[in-house]
Amino acid sequence: MSRRLLINYFAHERDILSATRTAREQGYEIVDVYTPYAVHGMDEAVGQKPTRLPWICFLLGLCGAAAKLWYQIWTSATSWPVNVGGKPLRSVPAFVPVTFEMMVLFAGVGTVLTFFFLSRFRPGKKPSVLYDKTTNDTFALVLVQNNAAFDVSNVKTMFAPYHLVRTEEQIEKGNR
Amino acid sequence: MSDVSSHREVYSILRKPLILGNKTYADVTNDVCAPLEQKSSLAWWLSILAAFMVMVVGIVAVTYQVRTGIGTWGLNNTVGWAFDITNFVFWIGIGHAGTLISAILFLFRQKWRTSVNRSAEAMTIFAVICAGIFPIIHMGRPWLGFWVIPYPNERGPLWVNFRSPLVWDMFAISTYFTISLVFWFVGLIPDLATIRDRATGLKKKIFGWLSLGWDGSNKTWSRYEKVYLLLAGLATPLVVSVHTIVSWDFATSVIPGWHTTILPPYFVAGAVFSGFAMVLTLMLIVRKVLHFEDYITIHHVENMCKIIIATGGIVALAYITEFFIAMYSGNDYERFTFINRAFGPYAWAYWIMVSCNIGFPQLLWFKKIRTNVVSVFIIAIIINIGMWFERFVIVTTSLTRDYLPASWASYTPTSIEIATFAGSFGLFLTLFLLFARFLPMIAIGEVKGVLSYGTQSPTNGQKTADVFLKEKGSAQIPNLKPQTLEVQ
Repeated sequence: MSRRLLINYFAHERDILSATRTAREQGYEIVDVYTPYAVHGMDEAVGQKPTRLPWICFLLGLCGAAAKLWYQIWTSATSWPVNVGGKPLRSVPAFVPVTFEMMVLFAGVGTVLTFFFLSRFRPGKKPSVLYDKTTNDTFALVLVQNNAAFDVSNVKTMFAPYHLVRTEEQIEKGNR
Repeated sequence: MSDVSSHREVYSILRKPLILGNKTYADVTNDVCAPLEQKSSLAWWLSILAAFMVMVVGIVAVTYQVRTGIGTWGLNNTVGWAFDITNFVFWIGIGHAGTLISAILFLFRQKWRTSVNRSAEAMTIFAVICAGIFPIIHMGRPWLGFWVIPYPNERGPLWVNFRSPLVWDMFAISTYFTISLVFWFVGLIPDLATIRDRATGLKKKIFGWLSLGWDGSNKTWSRYEKVYLLLAGLATPLVVSVHTIVSWDFATSVIPGWHTTILPPYFVAGAVFSGFAMVLTLMLIVRKVLHFEDYITIHHVENMCKIIIATGGIVALAYITEFFIAMYSGNDYERFTFINRAFGPYAWAYWIMVSCNIGFPQLLWFKKIRTNVVSVFIIAIIINIGMWFERFVIVTTSLTRDYLPASWASYTPTSIEIATFAGSFGLFLTLFLLFARFLPMIAIGEVKGVLSYGTQSPTNGQKTADVFLKEKGSAQIPNLKPQTLEVQ
């Protein structure tokens, strides 16, 4: 199903924050906001739910630590036990440093890979949507023209106090 | 409105601006991308040629010592560790500043870090590469270096000894390298996309490939910020653990002067101290050559100097404590080792260390000195030298004079060892110069976020839309043709 989109360009962080908030208060459907840098407070303005990545990070760290601790005990005490200076075979305190390193490695690399997966990043991928100069100095707020009552001039009036730079209409060929 | 009041707190005009020159967002992009889009200057060619030639000297030296054997070093039965391990600890220490800036200062919300974090992280990665070379050469048979990895093998399987600090070290360094690389790359993605959207032809293809399809949507930014925070949270204990484990290489042995519990905090503080000195050395050149004075301001230099004073203070305290405890311990061997360090055959190295690390950095207490680029540069170089000697003193003095006077020996590096060390500098500088030529030295996306910090104009330092339109004219803004879009 294709959607008609209205892209509103702004020149400043504060403008797009206020415009996004107003648009949501007025009941407009927001596709997403495109910014050159992470704008703080935007999650709240768009109504973006917090990501669950911290939990994934925690679980990955736990897996890494548990696996490495088990591996160290298994190699040192079960698979080929070697008496080193009379130290106990299951010398857990000596296994802590490597366990810690593996926890960090699993959690860090795993979280980044999960992030790439969730955002559908892969080398060579063309950006699925890219609005004009949003990686340089322009901020774009994309609205859906979801019903017949949607009036572009109303939107322009609504955004006038926020120094709307210009608008642009696009048809989205959605396959979601 | 709530966002305005929160803006007040952060963007109060009572604070000093972080970025000078009242830049717009586009200015930041243009300024940072400028060195990438021009032809390489003669100075760049000359410096990379020089760095490369020094690296070649190192490669020749390494090839020679690997072919001939470790008899080419000045080591002997008594002194089994000297130059290589000194260089290893030196380079690892330098690597610590990058993670400190990118992770610890991030957690402490030190916004000034945004101007220097990218290059400090790059420096970390290159320093860890240089560091990693030394233990591998030191193995004597580097082609068997993979034996330190616990993999299922046909020798039993015979596993590595997980109780050995050398194995911990292997895990710590490789984890540190991987996490630093990942952290650096994640930070680079938005900037790679910025370059992709400016470039044409092959460059656009390469940067398009590297930027993974970044589109700057809030959904992505939101996740990105969280990932960055998580990585910072993980890298902070990691950076402390890495130099702690490096210090355990020494502290878990029974050599007098090494076998002390003070070593981990002492090493970590020393690492940050030396790392910041190296960051300053490089940054002061970069800001001058690439005209980044508005981004890496004197305020940034001053802040880094303050961190040097703080960590240098910890190092000084460690030197004094270590000496005092040796005297107070009642242990003859400890006492002898420290008297020998200060007044024995390597006293010259000890006093170079003390004067470079405790003496000269105190000058940075004076505002006049720490806001003068030349004096800061000289002091940073002095600290780099001093911190190299610190590692040399720790490694060598303890080994040359151990428990049994009959086995006492002396150590002098051979030309091969010195050439290897020089070669590591060549490698470091070659990598850094390539980085400066092909990747953005300053985190464009992050600097834009702090651009409005502490500026006076009502729009937080940005031109309002009206001014923007008046200057550029609405016709100047290119129109996108309606296009078919795919939204996933």
